[in-house]
Amino acid sequence: MTIQTVSPQAVSQYSKYNAKVARSRATSEPIWVRWLLTFIVLLFLSIFLIVPLAAVFTEALRKGFDTYITALSDPDALSSIKLTLIAAAIAVPLNLVFGVAAAWAIAKFEFKGKSILITLIDLPFAVSPVIAGLIYVLIFGLQGWVGSSLIDHDVKVIFAIPGIVLATVFVTFPFVARELIPLMQAQGKDEEEAGLVLGASGWQILWRITLPNVKWGLLYGVILTNARAMGEFGAVSVVSGHIRGMTNTMPLHVEILYNEYNYAAAFAVASLLALLALVTLMLKSFVEWQVARNAASNESA
Amino acid sequence: MKIMAKQKNILPGFNLSLGYTLLYLSLIVLIPLSAAFIKTTELSFNEFWTVITAPRVVASYKLTFGASLIGALINAVFGLLTAWVLVRYHFFGKKVIDALVDLPFALPTAVAGIALTAVYASNGWIGSWLEPLGIKVAFTPIGVIVALTFIGLPFVVRTVQPVLQDLEAETEEAAASLGANRWQTFTKIIFPAIWPALLTGFALAFARAIGEYGSVIFIAGNVPFVSEITPLIIITKLEQYEYAQATAVAVVMLVISFLLLFAINGLQWWFNRRNTASH
Repeated sequence: MTIQTVSPQAVSQYSKYNAKVARSRATSEPIWVRWLLTFIVLLFLSIFLIVPLAAVFTEALRKGFDTYITALSDPDALSSIKLTLIAAAIAVPLNLVFGVAAAWAIAKFEFKGKSILITLIDLPFAVSPVIAGLIYVLIFGLQGWVGSSLIDHDVKVIFAIPGIVLATVFVTFPFVARELIPLMQAQGKDEEEAGLVLGASGWQILWRITLPNVKWGLLYGVILTNARAMGEFGAVSVVSGHIRGMTNTMPLHVEILYNEYNYAAAFAVASLLALLALVTLMLKSFVEWQVARNAASNESA
Repeated sequence: MKIMAKQKNILPGFNLSLGYTLLYLSLIVLIPLSAAFIKTTELSFNEFWTVITAPRVVASYKLTFGASLIGALINAVFGLLTAWVLVRYHFFGKKVIDALVDLPFALPTAVAGIALTAVYASNGWIGSWLEPLGIKVAFTPIGVIVALTFIGLPFVVRTVQPVLQDLEAETEEAAASLGANRWQTFTKIIFPAIWPALLTGFALAFARAIGEYGSVIFIAGNVPFVSEITPLIIITKLEQYEYAQATAVAVVMLVISFLLLFAINGLQWWFNRRNTASH
């Protein structure tokens, strides 16, 4: 449900402990215990993470590189890539603007019901992706609340791109807000108030003070939002209608190819998504490293 | 900060930012979710009850909750071990392993699903080793557990890791100098400090597993009464245009998920308070 990552700030806070921890024999385990535990952990992570990840690329290239390229340059595959990019390109900015607005209201002001609001923002993480798709079908589907008036105006939401975008927006809704709220709360509002006293307008304060202060947290939220937006399966599957070359995103295209026993092509498209996941992890590590470095330089200054 | 809050706030943009937040939240989340609850009123209470207690649906609850629970327990044990090894020990490639722990968050669930199926099928890299032992993973309830373990893997590691890192070495040194052995230090000093985090991580992994769909359906085999999860029941009913019935099952899941969300928020609140009180 909740994507509970260690925020970059938390990492920076703790990294200093890593540096100073030089454990004596009294507070560490015998060497055989350390080796055994490390071995168990590596074995566990291998069978659950590393082997499946390796399998994606092996299966994708099993029938050779030419088959791989053919599978990716198939028109249906290309249109699924395009649709995935479109959905992410709409969902990420929408949730980014929302995240900044919500964090500004929650972090800089006191009002009644704030903790309820924070819980409500988390709701989409608690909802099964399948249900996230279902609720939009209930509203925009043929028998839905506004379904018949949509038909009158010849607008398609369900089994069309708008439905896919809506479902994607829903499942990625909390990421940026969750990242920014604690960060902006911790930073307080002294700098913003100083800016105001010096005559800056609200927008100037936002652009010149608040956003630069939270830029890494913001980037972190955007990376997570984008990864989930491009990879969402359950919610999109319910609203898409699986029309090949029309309403298939990459994960849905993977499913169709797989169910047709076209494993090489399914894993070829899947390998692109796996690469996206690896790039996401690298960017995430980079942001955490940047934040740790900034914190360290602030400390020494 | 608490004292400052009492002063008059001079920053601009409160009405705009809060207004936009509430509007967007209502349009994207609250109104659509309320549609699910309103849709079920099309059914009488008896009809609703019949749908949500049908034998096939009940079998799916048992599988979904049972497998989620086992997956979350596996993650509690191995997630704690992983966090421990990542914080306390040094080995080659540790940074890469640490980053890879987040893979289940970053890897699309459909990709995870077909990858796990390929690996655990009877001709797969791991499945072919388990087959002679009489263990079938893919297309059985064990496959569901494997997928749900994968999907919840980062939660326990990422909630326990910062708490372990934050533990003061001094308390352990004091325990050692008072004659405690390592195991006593762990059970009496370290474990009491980390168990709220462990419980939170466990609850998060469990809650995530309950709603999971993409990674499960490929490996589960989806046999009614045996390996059919509740989210799949919802999809099946939707495909048969049984919208009210699909929504009834969805409402059961929503209520359980919301209760879990409140429990987790309560846990985190309690756990933060406990942490700040001890500093």
